[in-house]
Amino acid sequence: MSALPVAVPHEGADAPPRNNGELVFAEPWEGRAFGLCVALLQERRLRWDDFRPHLVAAIAADAGRPYYESLVVALDEFVAALRT
Amino acid sequence: MSDDHDDHDDHDGHHHPRAVSPIEQRVAALEDLLVEAGLVDRSTIDRIVEMYEHDIGPMNGARVVARAWTDAAYRERLLDNGTAAIAELGYGGPEGGHVVVVENTGDVHNVVVCTLCSCYPWPLLGLPPNWYKSPPYRSRVVREPRVVLAEMGCELPDSVEVRVWDSSAEARYLVLPERPAGTEAMSEEELADLVTRDAMIGVARL
Repeated sequence: MSALPVAVPHEGADAPPRNNGELVFAEPWEGRAFGLCVALLQERRLRWDDFRPHLVAAIAADAGRPYYESLVVALDEFVAALRT
Repeated sequence: MSDDHDDHDDHDGHHHPRAVSPIEQRVAALEDLLVEAGLVDRSTIDRIVEMYEHDIGPMNGARVVARAWTDAAYRERLLDNGTAAIAELGYGGPEGGHVVVVENTGDVHNVVVCTLCSCYPWPLLGLPPNWYKSPPYRSRVVREPRVVLAEMGCELPDSVEVRVWDSSAEARYLVLPERPAGTEAMSEEELADLVTRDAMIGVARL
């Protein structure tokens, strides 16, 4: 296994938080939500850029909200959009 | 730097009964929805979560090492400018720090530590092992590297000079291990399989 199956940005508002380069998950649900997101992109053969607009919008909607809470909001909307 | 990034290293798999937070419920519901709708396989999610916990990095470093073993010009570029040479293979990232590669030889063994915190060449090696972040390793490997290495199963003859490299935000060290004898016929890919994370930190030999 060489890398995540989907390229994930290292900088920009939509980049997941890192510490010394490591992905940082404060709680297990954050890692699970991120894994869900990457798995979905991989299995649907999508790229981060397909998800990005939803994430950027969710972050912009509530700048004080922690990253992974915005990611869950964005993922909800992304999934709804995929299913229509 | 603080050690607060250790806080998420909770892998005991033992959960005390407690209330599930709304966000946890939401993630679980989303996962169920995706699995039931056939959009995602649960084993794929498990595999990805495990991947960024354990597997992402070391293979990148192993590829770099295998390339250096098989391509003398690449090896020179790697030792000359680690950051640029790993970028040739598509590794690296903007989060600060030059990668400095130090080469083991018959006479010199290199070992890497971060005495201040846990600076680490993560694009090459992934998540640092817990012992790398532990205060005993960080202090003792500087004072008594031979003893610490021997305790970790890496016994070095007295004739070998041990060099300890202290990583920082500016320089993150990677050890280029010696190519094992008898591997002349191996392909670059086969060689990469021989390279371990610990050998690239310098606490093991191949």
